[in-house]
Amino acid sequence: MIRIENLHMQFGGIHAVENVSLSIEKGSITGLIGPNGAGKTTLFNCIAGAYTPTSGKIYLDDEEITGLKPHELFARGLLRTFQIAQEFSTLTVRENLMMVPGDQCGESLIDTWLRPAKVREEEERIRAKADSVIEFLEITHVADELAGNLSGGQKKLLELGRTMMVDAKIVFLDEVGAGVNRTLLNTLGDAIQRLNKEHGYTFCMIEHDMDFVGRLCDPVIVMAEGELLAEGTIEDIKSNEHVIEAYLGTGLKNKPEPKS
Amino acid sequence: MVDFLNAFALLSNFVIVPAMTYGSQLALGALGVTLVYGILRFSNFAHGDTMAFGTMVTIFATWGLQSAGVSIHPLPTALLALPVGIAATVALCLVIDRSVYKFYRKSRSVPVVFLIASVGVMFVLNGVVRFIIGPGDQRFADGERFIIKAKAFKKLTGLNEGIAFKTSQGLTIVTAIIVVAALFWFLNRTRSGKSMRAYSDNEDLARLSGINPERVVMITWTLAAVLATIAGVLYGLDKSFKPFTYFQLLLPIFASAIVGGLGNPLGAIAGGFVIAFSEVVVAYAYKKFLTYLVPEQWAPDSLVQLLSTDYKFAVSFVILVLVLLIRPTGIFKGKGA
Ligand SMILES: Nc1ncnc2c1ncn2[C@@H]1O[C@H](COP(=O)(O)OP(=O)(O)OP(=O)(O)O)[C@@H](O)[C@H]1O
Ligand SMILES: [Mg+2]
Repeated sequence: MIRIENLHMQFGGIHAVENVSLSIEKGSITGLIGPNGAGKTTLFNCIAGAYTPTSGKIYLDDEEITGLKPHELFARGLLRTFQIAQEFSTLTVRENLMMVPGDQCGESLIDTWLRPAKVREEEERIRAKADSVIEFLEITHVADELAGNLSGGQKKLLELGRTMMVDAKIVFLDEVGAGVNRTLLNTLGDAIQRLNKEHGYTFCMIEHDMDFVGRLCDPVIVMAEGELLAEGTIEDIKSNEHVIEAYLGTGLKNKPEPKS
Repeated sequence: MVDFLNAFALLSNFVIVPAMTYGSQLALGALGVTLVYGILRFSNFAHGDTMAFGTMVTIFATWGLQSAGVSIHPLPTALLALPVGIAATVALCLVIDRSVYKFYRKSRSVPVVFLIASVGVMFVLNGVVRFIIGPGDQRFADGERFIIKAKAFKKLTGLNEGIAFKTSQGLTIVTAIIVVAALFWFLNRTRSGKSMRAYSDNEDLARLSGINPERVVMITWTLAAVLATIAGVLYGLDKSFKPFTYFQLLLPIFASAIVGGLGNPLGAIAGGFVIAFSEVVVAYAYKKFLTYLVPEQWAPDSLVQLLSTDYKFAVSFVILVLVLLIRPTGIFKGKGA
C-alpha cells in the first residue's frame, strides 16, 4: 500500500530520518516504535506531506506521492493524526468533525447563496455522519462543547474521529493512545480494530505503550536515531537484541538518551 | 428640566448621532481589515484605498443613473449604484490577490513581506483613483437630506436645541446593522464561514482536512471588498468623497481593528465605536452644553474643547499606542498585533 525508498530528512545538520526504506501492507495495522527523537513523527510528516523529504521516494498504491500537499494526500485517502492533538478551538466538537470531508459544495460562495437546498442536504448527511462518529467514540456529552475546552485525551479521540469522517485508505496515527486512560484506550483499540476489519482501513501507528502495540499491531517496525532498526512480529521485536538495547531495555538498563 | 433636555439634545446632535454614524463606518472598515488579517495573516494597508476605489466606481455608476434620470427618491441614488461598485471592487481584490499576494503565498513569505506588498498596492490604488476621478472633493449624495430636521424637532418638542438626523446617518446605521448581522450569520452558520473560521484558527489542520486554502482566501477577499465598498460609500454619502480622506481613514480603521483585537470580528465592531466616540467626544466644544447645565455665573468662557478638530487623528494614535502597551491582544482576544 505504502512503499518508501531511501528516505532522508535533514534539518540543517540533524539527520532526523536516514535512509529509511519500508513498506506497509494493505489491511495491516503496522506499529512504529522507537525511543524519543528517533524520527518517527518526522517520517509521518514526510509521508503525509507536511515536509518535503530531502531525498527518497514515497509511493501510495504504486503511485509516487513524494512532495504532494497534505490536502492532496487527504483527497487520495491518506490521513494522519497529530502527536500534539490539533483542533479548531473555536468550533464545537461536532463542527470540528463536520469540517472534515473536503470540497463540500457549501464551501463555495455561489452554492451557499444560490443552491441552499443542495448545501442543506449535504450538511444534513455530514451531520448524521458526525453524530454517528460521536456516538462511536462515546463523546456524546461534549458534542456541543468548544473543542478548545476538551481534555487532552478527548482531543485525541476527536483526532481519531476526524479520520472516521471519510473513507480513508490509510491512516497514520501519531501516539493516539498517549494520555488516554485505560478504559478509553480499550475503546480506542476496539475502534481501530473495527475500522480495520469492517471498513478495510490500513493503519500505521506510532505508540510507546507496548501492551497496546502488542494487542493491535502486526508487523511492528522499530526506528532509532533516524534509521530502521528492525521489523517483524511483536514477539520477534521483543526478543531482538538491538531493539532491547536501543529501546525496550532489559529492565536493568535505562532507555538511552535521545539523540539531539 | 428643560435645560437638561436641551443639553441632551445638543449632545445627541453633535456627539451621539455623529459618533454612532462614524463608528458604524469604522466598524465596517475594521471588519474588512480584521478578516484579511485573520485569514491571510497580514495587515492590509491597501484597505483605505480599496474603499476609495469601490466608492469611486459607485460614484460613476451614480452619476450614470442620475443622468439617465433613475432615482429612488427619497433614498440616495448611490444605493442603487452600490452593487456595481461592489462587483468592481470584488473583481479588483481578486485580481490583485492573483497577481500580487498569491506569489508571496506560494513562496511562503513572512507576514511583513505581505504587509509591504500591500503598501505597494496602496500606492498604486491611490494613484489609480486620483488619476481617474481626480484628487478633489466629489459630492454624489442626493435624495432627501434629512430624516428629522432640526427645526422640525424644535417645533415638535419646543426645545431650544434641535436634533437633526440626516438620511446618510440613518442609512449608515441601518446598513451597518444589516451588514454585520449578515456577516455573522455567514461566519457562524454557513459552511463557507465555518471553513474561514477553521482556517483562521488552525491553518495546518484546515489544509489537512481538505479545506481548499485558495477558496478560503477568495471568499475572504470577496467579503473584504464588499465591506470596504459599503463602508466607503456610506462615508462618502455622509461626508464627501476625497481620495486623500480615505487614505487617512486607514489610521482610525486600524486603530479600531487593533483595539478590538486583530482577527476578531466582534472586536472590530467594538473597536470602531470606541475610536469613533473618543474622537468625537474629545473634539467637541462643550461650552454650550455646560452653559445649559451649570448656574449662569459658572458658565465657561472658553470653548471647553479638549482637542481641536484638526488633531482628531491623534486620538486614534494615542489609543492605539495605549492598547499596544497595555493589552496588545486588544479588548477581545485577537491574534496579537
Ligand atoms: N522541524 C524540525 N526542525 C528541526 N529539527 C527537527 C524538526 N522536527 C524534528 N526535528 C528533530 O528530528 C529528530 C526526530 O524528531 P521526531 O519528532 O521525529 O522524533 P519522534 O521519534 O517522533 O520522537 P517522540 O517519540 O518523542 O515523539 C529530533 O532530534 C528533532 O529534534
Ligand atoms: Mg513523535
